[in-house]
Amino acid sequence: MAQVAERQETYAAAFERFRTTPAFGPEWLRTARSAAFGRFLERGFPTTRDEEWKFTNVAPVAATPFQRVNEDASVSAETLEPFLFGDSLRLQAVVVNGRFAPALSSLKDLPAGVTISTFVEALAAHESLDGPSLKSDHAFVSLNTAFFEDGIFVHVDPKAVITEPIHVLFLSAPGSTPALVAPRLMVVAGEQSQVSLVESYAGLGTSSVLTTAVTEVMLGPGAVVDHVKIQRETAQAFHLASTFVHLHRSSTFASRAITFGGRIARNDITATMAGEGAECTLNGLYVADGDTLVDTHTTIDHAQAHCPSHEIYKGILSGRSKAVFNGKIIVRPDAQKTDAKQTNKALLLSPDATINTKPQLEIFADDVKCTHGATIGQLDEDGLFYLRARGISEKDARNMLIHAFASDVLNGVANEVVRARLEALLLEKLHLPS
Amino acid sequence: MLLEIKDLCVSAEDKDILKSLNLSVNAGEVHAIMGPNGSGKSTLARALSGHPGYAVTGGSITYNGKDLLDMAPEERACEGVFMAFQYPVEIPGVNNAYFLKAALNAVRKHRGEQELDAVEFMTLIREKASLLEMDQSMLHRAVNEGFSGGEKKRNEIFQMAVLEPKLAVLDETDSGLDIDALRVVANGVNALRSPDRAIVVVTHYQRLLDYIVPDFVHVLSGGRIVRSGGKELALELEEKGYGWIDAVAGAGA
Repeated sequence: MAQVAERQETYAAAFERFRTTPAFGPEWLRTARSAAFGRFLERGFPTTRDEEWKFTNVAPVAATPFQRVNEDASVSAETLEPFLFGDSLRLQAVVVNGRFAPALSSLKDLPAGVTISTFVEALAAHESLDGPSLKSDHAFVSLNTAFFEDGIFVHVDPKAVITEPIHVLFLSAPGSTPALVAPRLMVVAGEQSQVSLVESYAGLGTSSVLTTAVTEVMLGPGAVVDHVKIQRETAQAFHLASTFVHLHRSSTFASRAITFGGRIARNDITATMAGEGAECTLNGLYVADGDTLVDTHTTIDHAQAHCPSHEIYKGILSGRSKAVFNGKIIVRPDAQKTDAKQTNKALLLSPDATINTKPQLEIFADDVKCTHGATIGQLDEDGLFYLRARGISEKDARNMLIHAFASDVLNGVANEVVRARLEALLLEKLHLPS
Repeated sequence: MLLEIKDLCVSAEDKDILKSLNLSVNAGEVHAIMGPNGSGKSTLARALSGHPGYAVTGGSITYNGKDLLDMAPEERACEGVFMAFQYPVEIPGVNNAYFLKAALNAVRKHRGEQELDAVEFMTLIREKASLLEMDQSMLHRAVNEGFSGGEKKRNEIFQMAVLEPKLAVLDETDSGLDIDALRVVANGVNALRSPDRAIVVVTHYQRLLDYIVPDFVHVLSGGRIVRSGGKELALELEEKGYGWIDAVAGAGA
């Protein structure tokens, strides 16, 4: 406990120092930061006694003295290359250790109708940055609110249709000591607009890093947002991310979250169906090996009627890795004619890998359809033999079956170049030949 | 001789099923293996394909001068052994055409032939698909997923037509087929009859043999071949039933 108290003091001292810098922001943000940090100090890091954190022990996070990175990391364009998509995704914003890196970004040829700026610039343009995260009492969201520097703000004008995907890359590049990185992204899609986003997290170096990512996506009436999240930080990374999605009437949000681990990768995704006829797809694939722990907590909150939601999460686990999946679906009294489907499937490639999976349905309306299912299994031996009996080597046959398992999530990634990269990363992660 | 099985003993789940089975097959021949349920017909087919659930506890299988038992399932396939499954496996997420291209190119590579590119491959499989009166859409569906029983069996023979094996083993390919599908499948098999290829048809019923006329018929009972003869033996069995064979086998023992 003494050690934990000491860590709290480290964060408190860092917060006091941050308060004196210009990045701390204008009055309303100062207030929000102080309130959030107050909540963090009061509650501290969650423990396994916390129902939401029962299987995910963040004691290693609490025990590590993470510090803000004060100097600008020198990252060259060449170093970034493996994390970018070349000419296929031209529109890219690069954020290093929570700081926007204009020299590494390419935002000059933005199509009409879309603006990408930092929070400070957005505030100057009188944009409201008030999102659901500011009031969250989630420890890592509070930490992010207290410490984030350059938030990235993507604004799509009403009726604008942006066909070219926008890539926002958050890179963590810790120095020689454990680093606290607070990436933040807010996307506002105006009425009847359409946009496609790739949000990726990558890491460099060998030091430990705590990435407290917060993403907010606000969809106006009739807006369509396609979202891909790629998490591929280093094995020393703790990725504790929260995504908040707010859907207005008849808007459509589709997300594919591809998680490749780290020491702990936890994704909390909350989608609120706040208007009638909104539709939401939350799909994900997580791949874990070694001692990695991957935890996905999703909440789909059906607050209004006639909203379909679709959710497929697939996990591929090897080594001694652990996974947690908790899928909460809330159907509020007004949300009649809700149609919610949830599936979680895990493939265990080693006898030592484990998963805890739990659907959590809270239904308060009486004319709704909610289905959920979870399966956990090994690679299908009959399928494997069938492929081999046609001349395909055992290695290739395994590879093919794993690919097939991941395919209904990966096939949803519309951009071919991004999808091909994800497929290659999957094989690399599983040490399979491509 | 293409295939020579000597004193083959096979067990599955610790139960002895094949007990000293002998069979010789030459290239160009069609052999039918018939027998009552539980006689070991499918076990023989699976042992030939290298199924991990079937342990060879004795005897030998020589194929094309090589020890077949020494080969992994994929090596057997690459050497030209093909088994049409009694129960083809559904593989969700793997496209039929993609799977078959991988299989064909693995086999071609093994033979020292050049791999086919996408265009050559599509031309080939369209031609083979029409031979089996297969709907083109089946090529682009996941392997056997949601296929009817007849479609699955048709898909097996289609794969065989594409892979052009030296030795084809058909494990109860007729089961679950209506007469139209049976005719189509049999035509597919007959189109592959050639002087360099042997076909072993495992079946419970004589009906299939009206369409695929065998050169030899063997009757399996209690894990060994108890009677061999020409195609007329199948008709005799059809007339008298398997009880007759068991009685003969019992008297002979």
